[in-house]
Amino acid sequence: MSERIAARSLNNPWRVAGHYFFLVLLALICLTPIWVMISTSLKDQITIFDGKPIWFFFVPTIENYQDVMGAGKFDKYLWNSIIVATVSTFLTLLLGGLCAYSLARAEFKGRRFVANATLLVRMVPPAVLAVPAFSMVLAFNLRSDLMVLIFFYTALNLPFAIWLLFGFYKQIPVELEEAAIVDGASPLQVFFKVLLPLMKSGYAVAGIFTFRIAWNEFVLALLLTGRNTRTLPVAVSGYLTDTGVEWGRIMAMGTLIVIPPLLFTFFAARQIIAGMTAGAVKG
Amino acid sequence: MANAAISANSSEPSAPDGDRSVAKAPRDYRNIAPYFFIAPAVFVMLVGLVYPVFDSLYLSFFDWKIGEPFSKADNVGFTNYLRMFSDPDVWESIWVTFRFGFWTITLEMFLGVTLALMLEKPIRGASIFRTIFILPLMVSPVVVGLIWRYLFDARVGWINYYLGIWFGIEPQVWLGDAELAFFAIVFTDIWQWTPFIFIIVIAGLQALPSEVLEASRIDGANWWQQIFLVKLPMISSILVIALLMRLIDVFRALEVMYIMTGGGPGRATELLSLHIYNRAFDAQLLGYASAIAVLLIVIVTVLSAGILIIGNPMKDKSDV
Repeated sequence: MSERIAARSLNNPWRVAGHYFFLVLLALICLTPIWVMISTSLKDQITIFDGKPIWFFFVPTIENYQDVMGAGKFDKYLWNSIIVATVSTFLTLLLGGLCAYSLARAEFKGRRFVANATLLVRMVPPAVLAVPAFSMVLAFNLRSDLMVLIFFYTALNLPFAIWLLFGFYKQIPVELEEAAIVDGASPLQVFFKVLLPLMKSGYAVAGIFTFRIAWNEFVLALLLTGRNTRTLPVAVSGYLTDTGVEWGRIMAMGTLIVIPPLLFTFFAARQIIAGMTAGAVKG
Repeated sequence: MANAAISANSSEPSAPDGDRSVAKAPRDYRNIAPYFFIAPAVFVMLVGLVYPVFDSLYLSFFDWKIGEPFSKADNVGFTNYLRMFSDPDVWESIWVTFRFGFWTITLEMFLGVTLALMLEKPIRGASIFRTIFILPLMVSPVVVGLIWRYLFDARVGWINYYLGIWFGIEPQVWLGDAELAFFAIVFTDIWQWTPFIFIIVIAGLQALPSEVLEASRIDGANWWQQIFLVKLPMISSILVIALLMRLIDVFRALEVMYIMTGGGPGRATELLSLHIYNRAFDAQLLGYASAIAVLLIVIVTVLSAGILIIGNPMKDKSDV
């Protein structure tokens, strides 16, 4: 809509009110299930199994959190999740950054092929990885080794990270690097001293997406971890038993799992949206 | 490889003139450096993504069950493929996947585009709302599955409660009935992914040059004409890419259904990815599951090629 029409219509208080009405309605639709989880995690068994939804006015209890966090190996699973997500994010940014830099800047034989192949392997479904990953782990006897998960998460995340960082590198003028090279800087110096400072926001976006995937991933984690190497998403699925679903504990653990992604959302929404739209809008 | 790079590069007309003498110097690392830079990432992707694809192809020719060493598995030729094409369960799973894809993508595109057109105007506080809208996308799929499994629960679920209070509808066993369970996973997917379409489309709309819209208005285009003859055609490539991305996601989806229904009742909600997983680790037929995985790879590759052709961000046109 042209700016003049937009300006005119925004002067109409009814239209503004309608606009906000829809925005609030959509926001409530997005938030309600998340609030259901958080509020349920703070209710006791009796309140939950009463079956009558109580939105706000219940007596909150932290017993679900105490149960979940006190149970056996919670600390270990939390630690596993943190290690797997941070290490694979670090590796993805390091390797992906170098690769994207090269693809964006250097002319070399095979460049286009690597660029296209990277985009193609991005689409490999996790279900396809399941059996081969399982058989690799059997063959090398690596079951219950966190390194395996870290490796596969890095592989899964690299294509998107390379794709995203490629776009960010393209936006930096080449002249900056050429000047550094003329001054006698090596490629590594150019990369770390000239480009990296300018790439902060690019790496932030790629890092958030990578961390989120690694933190949330479930299928490979379910297959490739053992009693001591479970991550939180695998651990929470263990509370779904045939005999009885302990909703309070499940929601408490779900809430704990969702904390890092929610923090990212609130502190870096703009970057996340940039990353989401980069593929479609700029392409 | 390095030699090829040097020869390719020294004949490269686009290389800056000053580089030409440098390129001939024997100590020049700039020609080989790119390969060192991409090597680690390429290695990880080859082992972690490409090798598994070919391994699936290889394993699909074996009758390999969980628990027996691979060395004892029989090479059965194309038996798995013949079985797959005559297996009603595989066809049912493909049918479920397409049905799921049709309903989710149609409704998500319709809702996402409509809402984006309605709410594209910049307004105070828009960034807060946008932050809230991406929340469903950030929540772990496992947790999404758990939340909606609770909401759809037959006994304590909120959905049954409000349907009873507001509409007098008897409590339903949502996840235990084939049609209702299918509805439930479609509903959940729409909740999670409509914001994605919305955000992408609104970004595309706001990036449209205002001159074009102004011109069309001066030419007398009304509100509908502006939408259908100007705006939507101008963001058509965005719409197609968003659609293809969602389509590929439908073939990758697994976790939400695994948590909500496990694919049941029967195979009513067993999308192709989940079917492969269940065949491999529930029925324990690793070779047969690999054959179905090959089918999935073919489908996804065709769809991905579509994205590559329509909107490859790394294609040379954008290499300015």
